[in-house]
Amino acid sequence: MREVGILGIGLTRFKEHWDKSLRDLFVEAALKAFEDAKVSKIDSMYVGSMSSGLFDNQEHIGPLLADYLGVKNIPAVRVESACASGAIALRQGFIEVAAEISDVVLVGGVEKMTDCEDVTGALAAAADVENEAYFGATFPALYALMARAHMDRYGTTREQLASVSVKSHKNGANNPDAQFQRKVSLDTVLNSVMVADPLTLLECSPITDGAAAIILAPLDIVKTMKEKIVKISGSGVASDTIALHSRKDITALDAVRIAGEKAYSMAGKKPEDIDVCEVHDCFAIAELICIEELGFVQKGKSGVFTEEGNTEIGGKIPINTSGGLKAKGHPVGASGIAQAIEIYKQLTGNAGQRQVAGAKIGMSQNMGGTGASCAVHIMEVVE
Amino acid sequence: MSTPKVWRKRIERYRLSGQKCRSCGKVIFPKRCVCPECGAKEFEDLLMPDTGKIVTYTTIFIGAQFMEHNTPYVIAIIELDNGVRITTQVVDVNPEEVSSGKKVHLVFRKLQAEGKTGVIAYGYKARLV
Repeated sequence: MREVGILGIGLTRFKEHWDKSLRDLFVEAALKAFEDAKVSKIDSMYVGSMSSGLFDNQEHIGPLLADYLGVKNIPAVRVESACASGAIALRQGFIEVAAEISDVVLVGGVEKMTDCEDVTGALAAAADVENEAYFGATFPALYALMARAHMDRYGTTREQLASVSVKSHKNGANNPDAQFQRKVSLDTVLNSVMVADPLTLLECSPITDGAAAIILAPLDIVKTMKEKIVKISGSGVASDTIALHSRKDITALDAVRIAGEKAYSMAGKKPEDIDVCEVHDCFAIAELICIEELGFVQKGKSGVFTEEGNTEIGGKIPINTSGGLKAKGHPVGASGIAQAIEIYKQLTGNAGQRQVAGAKIGMSQNMGGTGASCAVHIMEVVE
Repeated sequence: MSTPKVWRKRIERYRLSGQKCRSCGKVIFPKRCVCPECGAKEFEDLLMPDTGKIVTYTTIFIGAQFMEHNTPYVIAIIELDNGVRITTQVVDVNPEEVSSGKKVHLVFRKLQAEGKTGVIAYGYKARLV
């Protein structure tokens, strides 16, 4: 298997883009990645989008986006794994370059959510529609079920959940690409509108428009073209039951643990080796369970661990330095790529005010639905 | 959902009709073609019990569009007396009375109306015992 490196990155600002369409957003991010990579053509592309159909009435966006990017006739495929679509696109591109099928591959993600009349309904399509959503379960509700179970079993408190959002907003305040660039207090989080008890509005990721793109290439090519060289050393994907209620342990996310183990194994790394990590904090409880499953903290201890500041920049393991999905925004299909871009910025020393000093190895973890799919990637600086 | 899609679910949702794997004995609801436990494909029909207990729950304040006239409402994962778990609403209840471990029984209720002119879909919801 050939080693794969990162040749370029591109990101739109994450926010409500009332003046831009799905194709505008994607092309903007992709052209920035072209410029950063100093390339004008690519061999192939994968685009993650959770639901361009339900959000925007447009399917078949692989060729559409290739056409508008001016790279028509290349293989251009949309991949879908709900909120993990972006990282799955990264995975597909990684495989294609590693397998020596293509040299220069664009992996991207895009979601245009604000044109949709029923975003909650569209998002619910990532759950088991017949057996969960049809009975009135929404995504915040499904994660609230996990939060309640975690609180009942481990004594996790509402304040500990809220501390996740406080930390995310603190980081988001230093990210010029983030949707919400402002700090929030613990009281503000706890007293914001209740969405699904115990999760308040400020413990739920927002509705966001945005796109992100990464250009992958063989590491040997990256070495000749970049000053700061980053390779993808681990990639793991796993799945789980689609319905939350089918899982033996409601407080566990098996797909996250298994995808993490696969990525650690491929990279030959352990949780202690990771300097910075982006996790899928679609809801505050998701971040807590994910850092447990990835091995950064013992099962059940994530609440105390976060409350004590261990996941802040400067803490034991900085989590979601970008602001996470909560503060940076969550244009669903783009999130997995944007997470990998944050890790790349950290490893190349380009994270500005939110730089983790000396970061050499980073991880990004992106999941779909209530954790029915998950992709984990590990990146390393090549000296 | 289209009318046939609602009709197709009638036995399952009206009678709690599931199955038991002939190979490993796993009880499954709703029915499947392949046992998720052992991979076997032979089953016998089995009706689920209509009593169980709350595993975890939430009160939804910003709900699904079809529930906009019924918010807030309570959703729970219920473990039936045979160990099978389902997700449904807990109805006829003050949300403050709901807690993990409380016993419930399933009742026949309207789930959704399929638009202004479509069929009304019925199924199971839960009430505290």
